Amino acid sequence: MRITRLNPKKTENAEELVDLRLLEPLIEKNKGKKGNLIPLLQGAQDLFGFIPRPVFEKISAECGIPLSDMFGVATFYAQFRLKPVGRHIIKVCHGTACHVQNAKEITEAIEEMLKVKDGETTEDRFYTLESVACLGCCSLAPVMMIGDQTYGKLTGNEAVKIIKNIKLAESN
Amino acid sequence: MMTTVTVGLGSCGIAAGAHKTFEKIKALKEKENLAFELHKTSCIGMCYREPLVEIRDETGTYLYGDVSEDRAVEVIEKHINQNDPIRDYIVYTDLFDADENDFIESQVKIVLRNCGYMDPESISDYEERHGYTAMKKIVMDKISREDIIKTILDSGLRGRGGGGFSTGMKWKFANANKSEQKYVICNADEGDPGAFMDRSVLEGDPHSVLEGMIIAAYAIEATGGVIYCRAEYPLAIKRLNIAISQAHEKGYLGKDIFGIRGWDFDIYIKEGAGAFVCGEETALIASIEGERGMPRKRPPFPAASGLWKKPTNINNVETYANVPWIILNGAPAYAKYGTEKSKGTKVFALAGKIRRSGLVEVPMGMTIRDVIFKLGGGIKNNKRFKAVQLGGPSGGCIPEYLSDTIVDYDSVNATGAIMGSGGMVVMDETTCMVDVAKFFLDFTRKESCGKCTFCRMGTMRMLEILERITNAQGREGDIEKLEELAYQIKDNSLCGLGQTAPNPVLTTIKYFRDEYEAHIFHKKCPARVCRPLLTYTVDQEKCTGCLVCLKNCPSKAITGERKKPHFISQELCTKCGVCFSKCKFESIVLT
Repeated sequence: MRITRLNPKKTENAEELVDLRLLEPLIEKNKGKKGNLIPLLQGAQDLFGFIPRPVFEKISAECGIPLSDMFGVATFYAQFRLKPVGRHIIKVCHGTACHVQNAKEITEAIEEMLKVKDGETTEDRFYTLESVACLGCCSLAPVMMIGDQTYGKLTGNEAVKIIKNIKLAESN
Repeated sequence: MMTTVTVGLGSCGIAAGAHKTFEKIKALKEKENLAFELHKTSCIGMCYREPLVEIRDETGTYLYGDVSEDRAVEVIEKHINQNDPIRDYIVYTDLFDADENDFIESQVKIVLRNCGYMDPESISDYEERHGYTAMKKIVMDKISREDIIKTILDSGLRGRGGGGFSTGMKWKFANANKSEQKYVICNADEGDPGAFMDRSVLEGDPHSVLEGMIIAAYAIEATGGVIYCRAEYPLAIKRLNIAISQAHEKGYLGKDIFGIRGWDFDIYIKEGAGAFVCGEETALIASIEGERGMPRKRPPFPAASGLWKKPTNINNVETYANVPWIILNGAPAYAKYGTEKSKGTKVFALAGKIRRSGLVEVPMGMTIRDVIFKLGGGIKNNKRFKAVQLGGPSGGCIPEYLSDTIVDYDSVNATGAIMGSGGMVVMDETTCMVDVAKFFLDFTRKESCGKCTFCRMGTMRMLEILERITNAQGREGDIEKLEELAYQIKDNSLCGLGQTAPNPVLTTIKYFRDEYEAHIFHKKCPARVCRPLLTYTVDQEKCTGCLVCLKNCPSKAITGERKKPHFISQELCTKCGVCFSKCKFESIVLT
């Protein structure tokens, strides 16, 4: 079990930014349907990048789903985030093929460069670093994915360079 | 005939830059008004030579590999404009012996019959390649439900998701349970790290999966269909959505389909939310119902009480993709391939330390050695073949000396591994087997749903022991403790995840006990992977005295002057490995 994720600390800071009205079409679409909880949470996360507490409360109140059920489901699946994320999510693949070809080095190099640990977001909310189980591009191992772009046959130095370039390109 | 140029745009191709190659060729074609048709296709399986471009003209078929943008310009110029194929870049052709001819020619393609040969976003391409003919044949010839099920039974098809249960039997049970509503589900939650067979089929030939599901629905009288697909496969989901709407337009899905009055059947896609355990059928159903994906006790099996408590048939992607072929060609044609108890073909995803990593489909009964050496081209960088991992976190490692084992369900099970869904990760002498076992256990520990105590806590305890061993703190009795825990977890877990979670540890202990012992008793990692067990020293001959390691060492354990060999103090060294990764002259030695 992902016990580390069962600790929903510090979600308060970001909550004032959330516009709950955005949720209305989503709730309208899914209200009353059976099996709607996961699509509701997925939709909410698409809107806000993560699921803040007020979102849980609003969905619960309007769809009549107990908060405990919602929280149970949200913490069960790896996809759902209870904390805000950076603008870019760096997904470093740690599938078997990547693991035996030193994916650890990639994560360590990025951790060192961004000064964050796996699963954390940089202070400027620009990057979130994440390990994922398998991106299915095993022939290009080791691999990382940023946005829709996959980068293959990496070394730690190359990964760091790619990440630096993204920030450079956006700050210009 | 009109010359055609086809670019492979599967996930791996795109990751290797195939989009850029496609755009480049498109721009060239438009700019110079060149006379050829430009097509898209998906993965042909040769992931190691992506991006791939196939040119087909009146002389034959030529497959070009590693086609970067620059190479694309060169290939178009030479081959199209000057009619002069560039031999050096050709990886496969039907005209002469190219580099990868044996890779293509040793395969038997049933599941992958269309992958890489058609545009996956075009239903007419699929129909040209006998698509939907199987379902039409059923309607035209009025083949009964029982006869369809009998054909699948006779073909010997077994569940390709890893369980290996007879597909025909599953259908028979689902058919026998009468209900107003029934469901067919396609399990496309390919969570096994190191496996990408289903992704390639969905991206390359989504219609064959739909057709397989439609045939299953017809056979068991199902009213609804669901494809449960991993959210990590956005391209597969996109192409499935396109395929579903095309099938609607053609009247293959929706109301009164295939002209049969009163037969309404539709399929929708349910995106998974990232939980490995949802590959287990009862957990998958719970997840579709919007619950936590936790398995429940069986019986009742889904065939009796599945989705929304209705009879449900669940098969995986590869299983469904086989179905139309079997209906069209007959059970004997399928059963011709394979061994006594495992018929047909199996798709494998070759990955790891192998030269040709990619997707292959071979008849059951081929030896693992042939798959790795004949098709896979052997081990990368001339290293020594050590073991192959089959079946992912539920499977095990088969050592080199057992690689004459044939691929069929029973022979692979006899080694302690499982056939699994088809991930084959090859390992060489630089892979530490204790580390591999730890890797898989870390995975199953995270993915355990937590329902059964033995799986939830047992995997955690086993992981702690493995961490201790790889951290130079292994103790006598650790191996025995691991074995004891492993059997308890196997015996006391409800679902397949727990029952198989210890397999990677048990097989590595069985075949590589000496490596465990080296870690525990001699505090050495023979493959030089586990850092706390290594000693870092400077090769005094190779060291150029560049000061890079010295500046980067976080514990200031390295001393030395510019242009003079450096020295690592073993008392201060924390074995973090920074010096090793920073040194450009390979002068840090690990022992």
